[in-house]
Amino acid sequence: MAIKKEKVDVVMVGLGWTGSILGQELTEAGLQVLALERGAMRDTNTDTPYPKAVDELKYAVRGALFQDLSRETVTIRHGVGDTAVPYRQHGSFLLGDGVGGAGFHWNGMMYRNLPEELEMRSHHEQRYGKKFIPPDMTIQDHGVTYAELEPFYDFAEKVFGTSGKAGNIKGKIVTGGNPLEAARSNEFPLPPLTYNYGATLVEKAMRESGFNPYPTPAANASQAFTNPYGVRLGPCNYCGFCENFGCYMYSKASPQTTILPVLLKKKNFELRTHSHVIKVNLDSTGKKATGVTYIDAQGREVEQPADLVLLTAFQIHNVRLLLLSGIGKPYDPQTGEGVVGKNFAYQYNGGINVLMPKGTQFNPFVGTGAGGVGMDDLNADQFDHGPLGFIGGASIRHVRYGGRPIKQTVTVPGTPNWGTEWKAGVQDAYQRYLTIGLSGSVMAYRDAYLSLDPTYRDSTGQPLLRMTFNWHENEHKMLDYIGNRMEAVGNAMKPEKVFKAVRKAGSSYDVRPYQSTHLTGGAIMGTNPKNSVVNRYLQSWDVSNVFVYGASAFPQNMGYNPTGLVAALAYWSAKAIREQYLKNPGPLVQA
Amino acid sequence: MIKNFFIAACAAAAYFSSGVASAQAGDNQGQLIVRGEYLARAGDCVACHTATGGKPFAGGLAMATPIGTVYSSNITPDKTNGIGNYTEAEFDQALRHGIRKDGASLYPAMPYPSYAKVKPADVKALYAYFMNGVKAEPTSNRAVDIPWPLSMRWPLSIWRAVFAPGVAGDDVADVGSGAQIALGRYLVEGLGHCGACHTPRGVGMQEKALTDDSSQLFLSGGVVEGYLASNLRGDSKDGLGKWTEQDIVDFLKSGRNGHSAAFGGMADVVSNSTQHMTNEDLVAIAKFLKSLAPVKPGEAALVYDEKTHQALRTGTDQSNGAMTFLNNCAACHRTTGHGYDQTFPALALSPTVNAKDPASLIKIALQGAVMPGTKAAPTQFGMPGFGDRLSDGDVADVLTYIRSNWGNNAPAVTADMVAKVRKSLPKKVAEADMTAQR
Repeated sequence: MAIKKEKVDVVMVGLGWTGSILGQELTEAGLQVLALERGAMRDTNTDTPYPKAVDELKYAVRGALFQDLSRETVTIRHGVGDTAVPYRQHGSFLLGDGVGGAGFHWNGMMYRNLPEELEMRSHHEQRYGKKFIPPDMTIQDHGVTYAELEPFYDFAEKVFGTSGKAGNIKGKIVTGGNPLEAARSNEFPLPPLTYNYGATLVEKAMRESGFNPYPTPAANASQAFTNPYGVRLGPCNYCGFCENFGCYMYSKASPQTTILPVLLKKKNFELRTHSHVIKVNLDSTGKKATGVTYIDAQGREVEQPADLVLLTAFQIHNVRLLLLSGIGKPYDPQTGEGVVGKNFAYQYNGGINVLMPKGTQFNPFVGTGAGGVGMDDLNADQFDHGPLGFIGGASIRHVRYGGRPIKQTVTVPGTPNWGTEWKAGVQDAYQRYLTIGLSGSVMAYRDAYLSLDPTYRDSTGQPLLRMTFNWHENEHKMLDYIGNRMEAVGNAMKPEKVFKAVRKAGSSYDVRPYQSTHLTGGAIMGTNPKNSVVNRYLQSWDVSNVFVYGASAFPQNMGYNPTGLVAALAYWSAKAIREQYLKNPGPLVQA
Repeated sequence: MIKNFFIAACAAAAYFSSGVASAQAGDNQGQLIVRGEYLARAGDCVACHTATGGKPFAGGLAMATPIGTVYSSNITPDKTNGIGNYTEAEFDQALRHGIRKDGASLYPAMPYPSYAKVKPADVKALYAYFMNGVKAEPTSNRAVDIPWPLSMRWPLSIWRAVFAPGVAGDDVADVGSGAQIALGRYLVEGLGHCGACHTPRGVGMQEKALTDDSSQLFLSGGVVEGYLASNLRGDSKDGLGKWTEQDIVDFLKSGRNGHSAAFGGMADVVSNSTQHMTNEDLVAIAKFLKSLAPVKPGEAALVYDEKTHQALRTGTDQSNGAMTFLNNCAACHRTTGHGYDQTFPALALSPTVNAKDPASLIKIALQGAVMPGTKAAPTQFGMPGFGDRLSDGDVADVLTYIRSNWGNNAPAVTADMVAKVRKSLPKKVAEADMTAQR
């Protein structure tokens, strides 16, 4: 018999970025908000103080901050006919855990979106004709425009203490920034992080090649900074222990460094950790949520009633919860019907590795999460795709993340992986080798989707989420093209050698090497309940008092990192809840 | 949904204006209770009269005295274990005279010599708050942990007779310039009881001065729980000489300013008490503190020395102190010693660093410190403890280095001093790897 708790106004599943944003917004509106986080409490002072934080073995190799995959993971298969097997070790993507989620240990790349990226279908149909988009490529418009999101991007950047340089303020191109960016209302809240030597060389080569380099926008505070909530961040000190690590300088934006210091103290906000939500409960009509059921720290089943249920966990967990709770029709790739799980996408990465002449001194240990130089000339639809035969592009950037001994002592291709020659290779390359990263977009496809696994279960006995995913020819062609263009930039640096690291066409998705944790889709937003799970306010079409946050809302993935858009959508939805939904609970968009 | 919250807010307001005085209810009693609540904040009653994890004002907090441990009492209006049966006169007897309802003298852990300065009108407000604005808790009072014969109380009445001042009247005389300074003096000497920590104590454990008299000992610094509660007088080297009034106000309001951050017991004081005070009162306190003459008036002010920064940048200083500083401290406190404004405190020309007694520095270096989270500045920047990473010799070297660089000028710290402090810390502060000792 489940224990039943007192009803709250709002219950949120997961306290990471979107949970913190919504928690802050809705408590400000006077609501009683409860966050159920299945992981543990986590904070800088207790968990990652200096110097304990800078332990590469513990955090980057053994993943001390990541989800314990032995308790719950995903199963993965390439195609609809295959058998999915569990992802037993962290490799390709790194799942966050605990309060703050992956927001506690990400790199901090904080992008907006290029103007066309919220309207991928209508934009491409308009520019290239309806036939240009292959029939099995199921890309869609988001249902919200950049202009609508701009004020929320602006606010999110301020909350995160984002360092950067604007290139387009209210339509006026500003020197030093990205001239291709969508127009912004304001400059960044902080100046860009300082370029290191490698970045100056890359910038020069990009410019000489006819491109438009700009400082990459970073949620690593370049100076000590007080955000709009009165919460203060410290300055980044370029320690080179960013992604996978908690930031001991309080300068990497995380829920802990930007929102939780005010949110956790509020009387109308409650956090229960070790509270694992297993289901959203619906009433007999199936159209209204009555709350959630969770397993508490003692292993007891608890019913938590609420008027409003927000899914603020990571993308895959949100989609899984919808499937386990029977909210929305599950997607069937054979018939193309249903929506939950549809349009799963990822990130298609590659790189141009440049070996500079002997004597070059990059000092690679001076690293940041997101500081460096980038360019968008080959991103999204910023170039003519007509003769090229593919859709999408890449966010191109050189960011020096660090020079750590275990995983960042890179050697040139052909060097043995161990022994005397390996050591010699490390010594030779360490100070003169850099990577220009290519973060490629991934479109949505009929056969890339999420569903419940028929065999494997988690430690609570519930089916794991199954990922059916493989690369498609479109992405191979895209990155191959971009790789060739960028090889020229590498050569413009007057190197000793350039190595193009782009997957061969036809290669399958390999879960072992790290790629990125930009898993998107599955609960996509849109204007039509027939082809989306949530409306433009991230409200479920089926159950109007359930909202679903995070990159699960993306109909396809862009080249940029997703967190900026995730945050902007969260603030945009929060405003709609505060100003429209609370006055008149019910569907915000008529289907 | 919003309705529920509104109803709850109304209920809270109603609770405050109801109670014993509901018959004479009306704005006066309500206002008195609100004022009493504010004064209780200023007096920081909650800090001592609440056990860790205990109910507010229900007592039970252990306090070490030279003769054993005493526990704070239940001052909620509970009629059995609290002060529910106290008349206003009996309340005043305890608060300002140090005499319990049953006639016994209170241990001076209760700073009644300071509270003696509180005006009767304010005592009245405090009484109204404690009787009507505080939730009654039945928590029973713990007996003192003092062995007989030291547990006999009559010596306390002698102490009281010798050391406790007469109580104030309602017309607190405006001695010196300005009503603001008078208000500041009233708050600092009285409810603030700042001297209880910041004034040195004599042989009888009495504060050596309860007001700014010719001895110039008032608020000249005292050691509390292993920390040096700093000199608050006008010395620029180790006092507030270089702080502006705004610096003091910022510090009390937010727990940090451009120079420093609150640590040790002061972090709790800011968190529980001063951050809740009005700007007007904090400005008055600042003005009063700035009026205190330096203990050493002739002493030359310290001047910043850039040479240290240059030596660290170029690596010309390879001493253990410099290297330990670079490897452990420089990330936050910087090779310039300036730290980061409002974020990581400055070490260069810091009064805490330059105080003769390095007690605070050693303690912080070993076990770290966390800033208080305040409404004005919620982020609790923390310094990690280095006790598990640095040996006594390393700590001594780095603190000596800090105290003699960037223009700082304070005596060296020895490994023995560090060892002594380390012994006094709780076991969970791990011991250093002794192979690191040089």
